[in-house]
Amino acid sequence: MATRRVRIFTLFERFWHWSQMLLIMFLMFTGFGVHGFHHVLNFEHAVTLHTLAAFALLLLWAFSIFWLFTTRNWRHFIPTVKGMWGVLRFYILGIFKGEHHPYRKAFWRKHNPLQALTYLMLKIVLFPLIWGSGLIYLFYFVWRDIPHATEWLDGVALVHTGAAFTILTFVLIHVYMLTTGHSFRAHVMPMIDGFDEVDLTPEEEAYLQNDEPENIR
Amino acid sequence: MRSTIGILLALLGLFAVTSTQATDNWPTPPATVVPVSSQISGPLTGGTADHSKLEVLKKPFASGPEVTKACLSCHTETGKHFMKNIHWTWEWRNPETNQLLGKKHLINNFCTNSRGNEGMCAQCHAGYGWKDENFDFNNENNIDCLVCHETTGTYYKTPNSAGSPACSVMFEGKPPIDFSLVAQSVNLPQRANCGACHFNGGGGDNVKHGDLSSALKNPTRQLDVHMGVDGLNFACTACHVTKQHVWAGSRYQLEAKDHDGVGKPGQRRDVATCESCHGLEPHPVDSLAAFKRNDHISSIACQTCHIPEFARGGVATMTEWDWRTAGKTRNGEGYHEHGYTQGNGEHRYTYKSIKGTFTYGENLVPLYRWFNGQMNYTTIDTKFDVTKPVAINDFVGSRDDGRSRIWPFKQMRTWMPADLGNGTLVYNHLWGEDSDSYWGNYDMGKAIAHGMKEFGLPYSGQFGFVETLSYWPITHMVTPKENALTCENCHAKDGRLNGVEGLYLPGRDNNYWVDLIGVIAVLGTLFAIIGHALIRIFSSKGAPH
Repeated sequence: MATRRVRIFTLFERFWHWSQMLLIMFLMFTGFGVHGFHHVLNFEHAVTLHTLAAFALLLLWAFSIFWLFTTRNWRHFIPTVKGMWGVLRFYILGIFKGEHHPYRKAFWRKHNPLQALTYLMLKIVLFPLIWGSGLIYLFYFVWRDIPHATEWLDGVALVHTGAAFTILTFVLIHVYMLTTGHSFRAHVMPMIDGFDEVDLTPEEEAYLQNDEPENIR
Repeated sequence: MRSTIGILLALLGLFAVTSTQATDNWPTPPATVVPVSSQISGPLTGGTADHSKLEVLKKPFASGPEVTKACLSCHTETGKHFMKNIHWTWEWRNPETNQLLGKKHLINNFCTNSRGNEGMCAQCHAGYGWKDENFDFNNENNIDCLVCHETTGTYYKTPNSAGSPACSVMFEGKPPIDFSLVAQSVNLPQRANCGACHFNGGGGDNVKHGDLSSALKNPTRQLDVHMGVDGLNFACTACHVTKQHVWAGSRYQLEAKDHDGVGKPGQRRDVATCESCHGLEPHPVDSLAAFKRNDHISSIACQTCHIPEFARGGVATMTEWDWRTAGKTRNGEGYHEHGYTQGNGEHRYTYKSIKGTFTYGENLVPLYRWFNGQMNYTTIDTKFDVTKPVAINDFVGSRDDGRSRIWPFKQMRTWMPADLGNGTLVYNHLWGEDSDSYWGNYDMGKAIAHGMKEFGLPYSGQFGFVETLSYWPITHMVTPKENALTCENCHAKDGRLNGVEGLYLPGRDNNYWVDLIGVIAVLGTLFAIIGHALIRIFSSKGAPH
């Protein structure tokens, strides 16, 4: 078992991550503007930009879902309990004692169990909740004449706002996590140049070195 | 040659400069703008006859009815048509509520009732001589063609009966009418024709409606985008289209939500809605916002955004009237007090012995409510609780009934006489030559007793004053689109639609608990992170992790 620097995030993945980050920040900003938390933008601009950004994010998700399934990368997000306790123990206790992060990245497991579960929940619960409620909200003009439409809209808006608060909470924790374990820079760099330290089996190492030398250092 | 071109170019340049300056003023025109083109009266514009060339009108007339006779000698069917319209009948039965409405019967919370006071009030009846119950509604010659069609501005009407000498003095000393001149001047009705009555409803300029004032005789485009003389220069009948002397657009039965739009060519002579010209998707879809605006028309009347304020253009409207103070005299005579100077510099009475105390307002933000177009009137036979404010015309509407939209209203508040014993409104005998008429004798008890007895109505003998409200849908003084409301006028806390129920309004509405829990979650996470980080900093051994 050798530890090598391997390109674990492809160019598309990095583009996906950072453009998604920008869009979500922008949607947060415009969305809370529409909600009335701030008045930096006027209502018309806030709604227009929020809608356009939402369309852009949906397009990005369409590409990323296609990518996840065609490249088999979805397997990184299969939940597992193996090693979960070690990670939890680290964040609750070990981190204060100066211990090292217990998880070692593997070539087909680039997220630790807690990360994988969190991202999976984000993908299958929180994101569908916000874009589902958002689309229903956006297409209000289609269903505005059904009985009790305004009460339904009330509920849709409630779900949409609730999901937004939850995503904001995730973002805060997500960013804070970058400061744990290794240095902040060490955490951010893989998402910039794609390379991170990964434990490779001799077979994986030999394969990468022979067939994909550009992806291993 | 070159110099000639140079001069030409210089002239062109000069022309370009002057025309730019001219357009720079636009759309704010000079104050003394004179209408150059004639008013647009809808599809009928462009007549086929010049009435000043007609022999039948080139003779002296002694009276109005004689002119009418001449008119009807060519317009043979017009008399029959005209007698069906409300300007003549002053009566209309609402087929939905079965209420008998019209000025002939109704009581308003301005000058109260025209019933029994026709000698004064029927100046605005489109006929000649209605002063009491004996008026002949079947005599075509009693129709007043001139009041709507003459264009010299020299025609006028005076009360049909003398009234108390204290009041009739107001109408003395007017120059005689040259009937031949006014008869030859007839044309399609101009704004000033309709305005002679409709701008002065309630007893003075813009008193009643709030959105109909003398400012609309020669308005700027800024005041009314349709009627502006520097814009479209519409006459009233451009929208209030006419079919056989019956006009579209009624306050008694209002189309609050038009589902039909422009209709096919030749159709739609029955409504004066915005949609009948602008269609059901009035905003050109060139942006997401425009698309969303078109979506709004299902719930929001066009007027709500496009008439941000009423009583604009320098003429105030009356917002409150208190009859309780009426009847004060000085040396036994009635008097009046100035107390309000309106935008155009004119003074308005704030007290009149014959009417009471007035409150005025200008550039007013309307009241916004769901409205299904149906007004329910408190009529002379309606019993109500005199201890509570009563709505002279009440209305309902909701998001879900399919015919309501959020409309702007002027709200009028009046303390006015009522029969406290029976709990009804009263017919007040205001105008008359007798000693009971309030205008001249200032005895409210006698005037009411007379007014009720005249029409065989029960009266307890105990009169007092009740607080009344009336609601006037705002639909004129449409502002140019650049001055229309913007989203955040409503989509905001404390916005214009505060208090309007039955809708979820982003920017105004939120779920208290979702917001509270959300904010606590976000702040809680932040505090947890800071706490976690602090423990790490102070407890770390070795390398900072």
